[in-house]
Amino acid sequence: MINKITKTLHQLSQSLRLMVGLPDYSTYSDHMKITHPDQPIMSYEKFFRERQETRYGGKRRLNRCC
Amino acid sequence: MKKTFSNKLVWLLFSLTGAFALGVIALHHGEPIGAIWIVIASVCVYIIAYRFYSLFIANRVLKLDSTRMTPAHKLNDGLDHVPTNKYVLFGHHFAAIAGAGPLVGPILAAQMGYMPGMLWLLAGVVFAGAVQDFIVLFISTRRDARSLGDLIKSELGQIPGMIAMFGAFFIMLILLAVLSLIVVKALAESPWGTFTVAATIPIALFMGTYVRYLRPGCIGEVSFIGFVLLMFSIVGGQYVQEIPELADFFTLTGEQLTWLLITYGFIASVLPVWLLLAPRDYLSTFLKIGTIVGLAIGVIFVSPEIKMPAFTQFVDGSGPVWSGSLFPFLFITIACGAISGFHSLIASGTTPKMIQNETDARFIGYGAMLMESFVAIMALVAASTLEPGIYFAMNSPAAVIGTTAQSAAQTISQWGFYVTPEMITQTAQNVGEHSIISRTGGAPTLAVGMAQILSEFTGGTAMMAFWYHFAILFEALFILTAVDAGTRAGRFMLQDLLGSFIPAMKRTDSLVASLIATGFCVAGWGYFLYQGVVDPLGGINTLWPLFGISNQMLAGIALILATCVLFKMKQDRFAWITIIPATWVIVCTLTAAWQKIFDENPRIGFLAHANQYKDAIEDCIILAPAKSIEQMQQVIFNDYVNASLAGLFMTVLISMLFFGIRAVLQARAISHPTVKEAPFELLPTYAATEK
Repeated sequence: MINKITKTLHQLSQSLRLMVGLPDYSTYSDHMKITHPDQPIMSYEKFFRERQETRYGGKRRLNRCC
Repeated sequence: MKKTFSNKLVWLLFSLTGAFALGVIALHHGEPIGAIWIVIASVCVYIIAYRFYSLFIANRVLKLDSTRMTPAHKLNDGLDHVPTNKYVLFGHHFAAIAGAGPLVGPILAAQMGYMPGMLWLLAGVVFAGAVQDFIVLFISTRRDARSLGDLIKSELGQIPGMIAMFGAFFIMLILLAVLSLIVVKALAESPWGTFTVAATIPIALFMGTYVRYLRPGCIGEVSFIGFVLLMFSIVGGQYVQEIPELADFFTLTGEQLTWLLITYGFIASVLPVWLLLAPRDYLSTFLKIGTIVGLAIGVIFVSPEIKMPAFTQFVDGSGPVWSGSLFPFLFITIACGAISGFHSLIASGTTPKMIQNETDARFIGYGAMLMESFVAIMALVAASTLEPGIYFAMNSPAAVIGTTAQSAAQTISQWGFYVTPEMITQTAQNVGEHSIISRTGGAPTLAVGMAQILSEFTGGTAMMAFWYHFAILFEALFILTAVDAGTRAGRFMLQDLLGSFIPAMKRTDSLVASLIATGFCVAGWGYFLYQGVVDPLGGINTLWPLFGISNQMLAGIALILATCVLFKMKQDRFAWITIIPATWVIVCTLTAAWQKIFDENPRIGFLAHANQYKDAIEDCIILAPAKSIEQMQQVIFNDYVNASLAGLFMTVLISMLFFGIRAVLQARAISHPTVKEAPFELLPTYAATEK
């Protein structure tokens, strides 16, 4: 039961962060470790800035509606 | 055996509850009902539609394949393409599609009574809006998460793709203008509101610096601090209003606010994103979700009484809020919540890059749109719980009801809605404003409705002014975020477009090129905004239909694409699921655009309006809002611009229809599927078992 609640809360916070364009850092770093062990991994700070720049700055497609 | 039986029983129960709730609504014609019946009826319709219709589309029509590779696994980079849990992604997708649209459209539509809006919201979302979102999400997911423009290019051809994106740029301009107009109408002559919204700028700047340098990446923490500061700014606004010097400083006319907004839009969209845009986006996103949840709880627990009649006499098109008869104008006034073309850009944007399994598209695409429709239903409820007299006092232009409580009450009473001058001034006093007359644009109406519901839930009348300004702040906040982000997006679109002719314009790193493009973009929406602000009929009357037409034009385009894809998949016998909504949307859009251009009533037709001014010039009469012959000429020019724009939207839609039919005929002539999906790959086993 408690497990389920923690999981739900975790998912809720993940979802809220994703709403403003910030995916999970641990997913990213795990992915880099497993698939690209030869490449440098961005620190959380760098990752955060990179995500911010992509969501709002780049030639990104529209990410919100009216 | 037992399970299927109890299963069927549950669905039977849902159907009966829904039918009963609809029955209650239908039989209580002419007497007030509780909002809870509308909520129950809607939720039952959504659940049944989701369980049966979306499942039918998923299994029989699209044949979603849980073993098929998705872009998130194929292109996984931990950043843009990340396989994401379907509930987590649902939240992301919902936050991206739901904005001011579903809150404003239904409120404007309430002038015809709550019934037309409610029926269109329910039927529209089930058979059109959610179907569009779902299928576009599916199409994009099967094609490496490509964008709508790319999808149209590859399935329909290069030229239709270009035309569609050209149309999308104009939607952007109109959208930004109409959203800004809503903010201007809500803040004009309101020192409390203006102060609160202005305070969001320093708050956002502080948050931006904090989250970049002091505590990098702690967005939960910084959003909480920002939220507390926002609440202080709402409380502070009341004091500002009471100090005469400060109140004077923050009391701005519509025109002053327009220029401020245009300047703001220009500066904000060239500043670094982390400084203003990003922190403001955190606040507006979280506040939006919180407010929607709060409103839902309020509506369900308070179950306010619906005071608006089911139908008003304005279904004939003579309404003061916007002109035009129920068909076709109701169906373009309520876009978001029933069907919104803009969603096709989102459903082919970031969401398909993160979808974990193709079968999730049903829950995310169809489900999130049902949720948006529910938000729209709540907005409709909030507007319908106001005294109709107050609703019309707030939403009718000054040219119709005058500017005093006496004149407004008199005119509105003649329409048959009970209202006294005291009721109008009392409502204004309750929400802490000087006047609520002609606060068009939907936001203030929603704010009063929300303030009534929430204050009944907590705080009583004493808190009404707080809740009112909270609601205004919440709408202004995400509209300003949209203005900022939209101007940026528009600037890139324009640089791309101009870059094909002048290569130097394409360089997004060049300061000159980006300043020029931003300037053009701001001038574009600023022009329509200014025109709307000075319009004696309130601006909404002109701009909202144009926005609705452009939005439904895009919906038509997306549904044409979906139809072509179904034929190319050789699912001809199921193509009706997109052909029917496409036909309806196209018929409504074309009829509405035609009437906006050619109707003989100057309140509806742009050309008739222009002719009225022309005749007046010949007779040397000055018609308001113009104060001189030059201004009269300006009004005529504006009419021609608006008429051309409506004409442009018609042309785009008709040409897309032509290309769509051509693609369908080509697909039918070939006996095997001709879709251009990414080649089939098996989903990795670890991903398939993760579910």
